[in-house]
Amino acid sequence: MIEAKGLTKHYGTKVAVDQLSFEVQPGVVTGFLGPNGSGKSTTMRMIMGLDAPNAGDVTVNGRHYHDLPWPLHEVGALLEAKAIHPGRSARAHLQMLAETNHVGLGRVDEVLETVGLSSVAGQRAGKFSLGMSQRLGIAAALLGDPEVLLFDEPVNGLDPDGIRWVRNLLKGLARQGRTVFVSSHLMSEMALTADEVVIIGKGRLIAQVPTAELIAQSSQRFVRVRSPEIAKLRAALDRDGATTVLEDDGSLSVRGLDEIAIGELAGRIPVVLHELSPQSASLEEAFMELTEESIEYHGAPATSTSEKRAGA
Amino acid sequence: MTPAGAGKVLPPGRYGMSGLLRSEWTKLRSIRSTMWTLGLTIVVGTGIGALATAETRAHWSSMSLGSRLSFDPTGTSLAGAFFGQLTIGILGVLVMSGEYGTGTIRATFSAAPRRPLVLVAKAAVFGVVALVVAEVVAFLSFFLGQVLLSAPATHATLGSPGALRAVAGSGLYLCAIGLFALGLATIIRHTAGAISAFVGVLLVLPIIVRALPSSIEPEIERFLPDHIGGAIISLHMGDAFSPWIGLLLLCGYAALALVIGGVLLVRRDA
Repeated sequence: MIEAKGLTKHYGTKVAVDQLSFEVQPGVVTGFLGPNGSGKSTTMRMIMGLDAPNAGDVTVNGRHYHDLPWPLHEVGALLEAKAIHPGRSARAHLQMLAETNHVGLGRVDEVLETVGLSSVAGQRAGKFSLGMSQRLGIAAALLGDPEVLLFDEPVNGLDPDGIRWVRNLLKGLARQGRTVFVSSHLMSEMALTADEVVIIGKGRLIAQVPTAELIAQSSQRFVRVRSPEIAKLRAALDRDGATTVLEDDGSLSVRGLDEIAIGELAGRIPVVLHELSPQSASLEEAFMELTEESIEYHGAPATSTSEKRAGA
Repeated sequence: MTPAGAGKVLPPGRYGMSGLLRSEWTKLRSIRSTMWTLGLTIVVGTGIGALATAETRAHWSSMSLGSRLSFDPTGTSLAGAFFGQLTIGILGVLVMSGEYGTGTIRATFSAAPRRPLVLVAKAAVFGVVALVVAEVVAFLSFFLGQVLLSAPATHATLGSPGALRAVAGSGLYLCAIGLFALGLATIIRHTAGAISAFVGVLLVLPIIVRALPSSIEPEIERFLPDHIGGAIISLHMGDAFSPWIGLLLLCGYAALALVIGGVLLVRRDA
């Protein structure tokens, strides 16, 4: 379990992380989502005790990282894939880490096997592709068989096979009851991997919600309605408090009422329906909606002229 | 695999020095360039001493009486120390700056968050390796040099006045210089910057000091590392500090650099 309370970090006058509080629970994959530059890596470095916060506090299993008696046995982290001496072999890199925390050398070969690097274990890491470096970083994180795992953008540089492998690995680790905290700027990836998401923008917490709820609660969730008498139906929907948008293809996008309520309303009027289909937004859209205010640079939003808010 | 919800059983106690020393030893010998540099220090360091002594022997008959009388067979055989201080110093820099340059430092501090402990382990392992290599160079150079200085040239034995001190002292000198460089690198963190600073103190500072007015020049010069090294290795060095005082002073420089580095290590983000 990871707990952050009011975590704040400045670099000069720039605020990288601002009053950030969240909890990461064991047994689930928690996604750490935010645009590039939103403070994800800084937050992870503060969890690991590498950067000192200017204010606030963060603990792992109730302790400050600095006070962990056996850090590698308790927390494993992949922070940057390329943070390996290029002249050192993969095995030597893992060995020198293992020795600090009295992890047996048999475990080094075990994690090399797990990440599929056994055949290149003796090669210098400088020759590794980004994907292989990611795997080595993941092996280092797994080394002490820790309960808490942090991964900063673990799928960067991986091919589709590798991405699927990481996804299954993360889910498997969570299923074993471990705390898994994984950052990404790819919402689509998190939609597939994370059970819960901590969303930040400009260093501030935007939301911490279960992934499913994030998608469901999003106002991007809407019902597509087609009808030969669309104007009549729209007027009735507006009266009932729905937000309706007439699309270019003649369909009506309805927000604020679900498909059951819309169907019953149509039956009462009565109006013939040709389509009544709930559309769920992708996590990507939900995320964009949430971070719209906080991203530093974004294009002007395109507004639809046919949008009409009833009762506004 | 331990099902984590219940809490993993940790080994008793806490990570500490024994693991860190082993880790630093693995780090040092798993980089091929480190091993090459150490090998080079031995071969070239000994080679320079051999050249210097062989050259003296070759010209012995044409040397003036004064030169023959003031000839220092021990110091001449140890001439390679001036090369060794560069390679060992640069290695001392790389042992620390290499971790910063590659980002390995973050893995190191994640495994062992008590940073001063890491610095102590690093300095201990590097210090011992540097000392062993430097003593090997010193004794090898001395014996090889004395063999090459066959009669009628003056040659020394370990029993000659000041000889053992000079030979063993030159190894200690190189070790202290290496630790000083390690301290500088802990403060500066960048390889190029730390090597520049090290070479600056060792080779450029003496040139600047020698340009000072002669009323203050000797008083300042005796504090310079290379001057201290000269007094340890050769038998006659004018107004330099005596060898052991000089060595103590040099250890003080190294300790100061390491302590400042250690304080910064704790204060700065990794």
